[in-house]
Formats: sequence, C-alpha cells, structure tokens
Amino acid sequence: MDAWLVALQAATVALVLALIYRPLGDYMALIYTGTRDLRIERGFYRLIGVDARSAQTWQSYLRSVLAISLVGVVLLYSLQRLQTVLPYALGLPAIPQGVSFNTAISFVTNTNWQSYSPDVTMGYSVQLVGLVVQNFVSAAVGLCVAIALMRAFAAVRSGTIGNFWVDLTRGILRLLLPLSVLAAVVLIASGVIQNLTGFTTITTLTGASQSLPGGPVASQEAIKILGTNGGGFFNANSAHPFENPTAFTSLLQVVLMLAIPFSLARTFGTLVGDRKQGYAIVGTMASIFVISLTALTLFETLGTGTAPQLAGAAMEGKETRFGIGASTLYATSTTLTSTGAVNSMHDSFTALGGLMPMFNMMLGEVAPGGVGSGIYGMLILAIIAVFVAGLLVGRTPEYLGKKLGPREIKLASLYILVTPTLVLAGTALSFAIPAVRADVEGTSIWNPGLHGLSEVLYAFTSASNNNGSAFAGLTANTPWFNAALGSAMLLGRFIPIVLVLALAGTLAAQDRVPATAGTLPTNRPQFVGLLVGVTIIIVGLTYFPVLALGPLAEGLQ
Amino acid sequence: MTSARSNARHCWVAVRAILLLTAVLGIVYPFAITIVGQVGFSAQANGSLVSENGTVIGSALIGQSFTDSDGAPLPEWFQSRPSAAGAGYDAAASSGSNWGPENHDLISAISERRSSIAAFEGASAESIPADALTASASGLDPQISPAYARLQVPRVAAARGLSESQVHALVESKLAARDLGYLGEPTVNVLQLNLALTHLGG
Repeated sequence: MDAWLVALQAATVALVLALIYRPLGDYMALIYTGTRDLRIERGFYRLIGVDARSAQTWQSYLRSVLAISLVGVVLLYSLQRLQTVLPYALGLPAIPQGVSFNTAISFVTNTNWQSYSPDVTMGYSVQLVGLVVQNFVSAAVGLCVAIALMRAFAAVRSGTIGNFWVDLTRGILRLLLPLSVLAAVVLIASGVIQNLTGFTTITTLTGASQSLPGGPVASQEAIKILGTNGGGFFNANSAHPFENPTAFTSLLQVVLMLAIPFSLARTFGTLVGDRKQGYAIVGTMASIFVISLTALTLFETLGTGTAPQLAGAAMEGKETRFGIGASTLYATSTTLTSTGAVNSMHDSFTALGGLMPMFNMMLGEVAPGGVGSGIYGMLILAIIAVFVAGLLVGRTPEYLGKKLGPREIKLASLYILVTPTLVLAGTALSFAIPAVRADVEGTSIWNPGLHGLSEVLYAFTSASNNNGSAFAGLTANTPWFNAALGSAMLLGRFIPIVLVLALAGTLAAQDRVPATAGTLPTNRPQFVGLLVGVTIIIVGLTYFPVLALGPLAEGLQ
Repeated sequence: MTSARSNARHCWVAVRAILLLTAVLGIVYPFAITIVGQVGFSAQANGSLVSENGTVIGSALIGQSFTDSDGAPLPEWFQSRPSAAGAGYDAAASSGSNWGPENHDLISAISERRSSIAAFEGASAESIPADALTASASGLDPQISPAYARLQVPRVAAARGLSESQVHALVESKLAARDLGYLGEPTVNVLQLNLALTHLGG
C-alpha cells in the first residue's frame, strides 16, 4: 500500500465534499426556511392532522419528537414479535423479546446497534417495513433538532422554534428520500443486490453446495449510510460483498455518510446570517477528521502487535479489495459520524488502531457527527469553548449575539456529561455486579484479557453515542447487554435532545446583542484552534483513565 | 388543553405519521427500487451470478471454498483466504473472526497456517503474503492478493499437468487493477480464476 494512494483517496473525498458543501448546505437551508408546501406535503399534513403554519414552543416540539420516537419503538417491537405472520419472513421465527427491545430502541435512536445476526434473524418484512422506515425517520428527527437549534440562534425574542411535523416531513421527502433513490440506483449498478428471492442454493465449482442470500439490500444500504444509521442487512455489514462490492462503492459510502453532516455547517452559517461561522465549524470538524484518519492509518499500516507482526500485515478482519487504506478511511468516517457501519472488523485492529474508533465516538461524534446530531453536538462544544475563553479574559461570554448566562451554560454542561456518565457507569457496572461480571466474562467477552475490557468499553461507547459499530467479538445478545445497552442508547439519544431543545427555547427567547470590541470572534482560525482543543481536552481527560486500562495498556505492553 | 390530553394528541399525530411514512418508505420506496434494479441492472441486482454451461456455479462477489469435504485444500484449485463464516465461506453466516491482535487463538492460527501453506505450496514460510494467513472481515472475501495467486501457480500447474508459464499467464490475465486506478488494492477473483483454469484443460 502506497501512502500517496491513501492520501489521494482521502483527497477525493475532500474534493467531493467541498464541491457539494455550498449547494447541499444551501438546499437544506431552503428546505427548512421555505414557506411553500408541496402538494404531497399538504395532503400529508391533512391526513396526520397538523396545521403546517403553526409554530411550536420548545416544549411542544420536544413532545412531538418523543411521541414519534415512542410510537416508532412500539411499532418496531411489535413487528419483530409478529415476524411469523408477516410476508417474506423467510421461514424465520419471531424475534425474542430481549433482541426485539434492544433493536427497536437501537433503530429509533439512530444507533443501529445489532445484538443479533441479521442473516438468520430478520425476514424482509421487518427489514423493510420496520428498519428502513426508522432509518429515514431517526435521521430526519436528528435533522429537526439541529435545525431547531440553528433557528434559535437566529431568532430574536421568539417563543417558538418551528413546526416539528413540517421539519420532519420536508427532511424526508425533500432530502433523504430523493438522495436515497439516487444512491440506491448507483449502488445496484455497482453490484449491490436488490431482489426478493430469499436464499438460493447453488453447487460450487468443487461440487459443494452454497446458500447465496438475496434481499432488498441496495434500498436499505442507501439510507443506512446517508442517514448515518449503519445497521447492516447482513452480519458482516459493509464488509459483505453484497452490501459493498468494490473499493468504488466503499468510497461512495464514505462520501454519502459525510455529505449531510459536513454540509449542515453551511446550512448553519446561512441560517444565522454569517457564513464564516459555518466555515469555522466545518474547519473544526475537518481538522479533527484529518488528525484521526492519519493516526488510524499510521497504526494499521505499522501493524504492531503479536498477530499482525506474525502475519506480516494487519489484514485480519480486512477485505482484500479494500486493503488497509480503504478500511481506515471507512472506520474513521463511520465513527466520527454516528453511522457505525463497518467495512472491516474493528475488534481485529491493532491495539492502538482499535483505540481510534473508540476515541472518535468518545469525542461525541462531532467531526462531522451524525445527520443533525453532529452539528448540534458541535454547537454545544462551541458554547463551552466560548465560555472557557470568556473565563480566561473575564467577560460575559456570548455566541452569535446570544448571551451565554448560567442557564445556557448549565444546559451545555449537562449535555457533555450525559454520554461519559453512561459509558463509564455501564462499563463499570458490567464488572462491578458479581453475577453480571460472571456472565460478561463467561459468555460475552470473546477476546480475553485487556482486549475483553476494550470490547465492553467499546459497546457502551457505541451505544451511548448512538454509533452502532462494535468490537463485534462481544456476544451482546444476553439479558444484561440487551437491557443495559438498550437503556444507554435511549438515554444517550433523548437526554441530549431534551437539553438541546431546552437550550433552543432559551436562546430563541433572547434578544440578539450586537458584537463589540470585547466579543470573541467565532468565525476565525483562532476559534477553530480553540474549539479543536476544547473538544479533544474535554474528552481526553474524561476517558483517559479507562482507555489506559484497555487499548492503551494493550498497545504499550 | 391539559398536559395529558396534549400528550395523547401528539401520540395520535405520531401514529398516523408513522403509518403513512411506513407505506411510503417501507413499501413504495424499496419496491420501486427493486423494479428499477430488476429491469435496469438485472445481473447485479440478482447477485452477479456466474454460470457454466447454463448452470449457476456461484456469485462473482461471494468467495467459495476449494477444499474437500474435510476442509483439506484441493491442489488443483487456487485457494481462497481463510474464512470465519460458518465452517468456511458459509454465505448464510457472514462474519469475521473478531480475534484481537494479542489473541492466542489467532496467533497460533497464523503460525499453523503459515507452516501448512508453506508445505502445501512447497514455498518458504517467509514468502507467504498476509492475506493468505488472515481471515477477511466478511468471511466471504471473493478475492486474494496477486502475490498469493502467484504463489499458488507452481502447485496448481503441477496438479493439473500444465506448464507453469501457462498458468502464470492466466493469473496475470485475471489481475484486477485498483478501482479507477487508485482505490483499494489490486486483486484476483478466485472463482473466476479457477473457472478460467478449467477452460485451459488438464
């Protein structure tokens, strides 16, 4: 593998993202600020019984978010339990309660953690009518929350932050669905399957038999990636040749998962009326991305560790067509967004290489993060950064003309405490409760020793940050993990959303104060540096001890 | 409006929204894409199947085992990578090994593979490329590195009574370059290589 080829493929991604940044970002701004409804949208609003012209307070907006999520969980749970009576079930049994609970929460929270093996668990009906629908809806909900926060920054003494149902509908019908159709067609043309034929048994060249799977894969793959969902149609996810057949489709998937999250920085700049603010945000995201990608590629290329050294390269858990370069690019993209799809097995990465995806998620998935959730996470960190700078110079902090008083800082601080609490508490409880520990060590952990701790830490990091990737050796289909990770996903998704919408409510109600000579400029490279520093330091200090016990110890031994 | 009634109303709107969205996103969208795929890209949509004399013998995208029923490699075929999918290349159970870098099972598997492949190929242990010693992410990797394909040429030629140069030329003709010249890695598709081998005679 030549270093310059790896750099060239990353440069290709950067170039494509740069080219679509303006048009896609402005298009999204138009979607959420336009006053005209499409005909189909008017019909939709009539059928669901909402007045598209009425705006909601933050409390009402939040109730709508929670309502659609609750209904989504109940429906998805029921569909799984009733699998046997649904068409195209492939003769598979009803999905057990624990898995159904975990999966329903997983897909509604945009996590797509999979404690089951889809190849032998999910029939086509559950995949399509259940999982695909939530792939769209959960991504659109993330967008809604992000847009509500952006509107709040732009608003002046407003009691409302928009209409959730309008935001949801437009996000799906004008953005996610058309892009998914395009992506699905390109994926099929490149080899991703799309049929309803079930398993076909064939006789191989040597006379053995092989059971080839079918399935409506491309339609699901498109929104799985575009909506930063990540739940695979097959167990091997995007390493499976039917999901990701070539190095070209792998690069396309990387572009698709980064497209909306990066371009939302443009939408943000446009909505708050200062596009340079958007450039500062995207600059921060891109800086962290480049640093992380470089580190992971370096670790995997060096291939330290007993097994990679013995084999001559870190190729365990990697596909020949991707090699190391296309695997590290994918792994970085999937964990710096909330996607969680994998084209290589993170559990088999070198010790320090395996630390990188974990660390990416621990950053809060903000570079560029999930669809919607990435930018609202980054804006929270921006508030923290402004606050820290304000403390240093002794001035009342303000961001985009909004004063950051005690209430705003409390909400932002609570936000950044939620996921570390869930991750560390979940990991600690897995080993602190004797009966659970016996089960975790006896049943769940696949790789013994330090790596086993990393597997559990990775699982809670992934669930709490709504990523969905795994150190997949871990057997997560146990009562403890189904329940604990299900709870972590739920709390890791909705507590931050409550806090963000509450923040949006207070910000919207404020006046906008004019910038003075004492205002910290938040649209310059200096602020990008500050924001990168705050992001990495806050995370580094929070997680350093536990990382030292797992991947760091394994890598340095 | 009381809070309870307001919550109920939100949920009722949500129920109707989810049902409508399910119809559009869960039924119309995937079926429309299926029709497009079946009409426009039938070969790809159905799994890039490979046929020989009218009989399907596999998929160009899904790897196969070229072993006997006990799992011992057959010398007349190019061999695929080690596989963690079921008993090996079980297309209904895609999976990597998920062994970590310090896992003793992985370390001994790599050592064992190195010596058995060296013996099987009659090659030095140092000459065996990494992909031959490691399991892929999917367990269904249809390809091997050009280095591993070249390594197998003498053994396959001998088993089939062909000249090494003939088999070597076949391998070189089946090399696939990187996508667009720079994406991913160069590969050789094992099923297609073996199929072409049967046409060489021997």
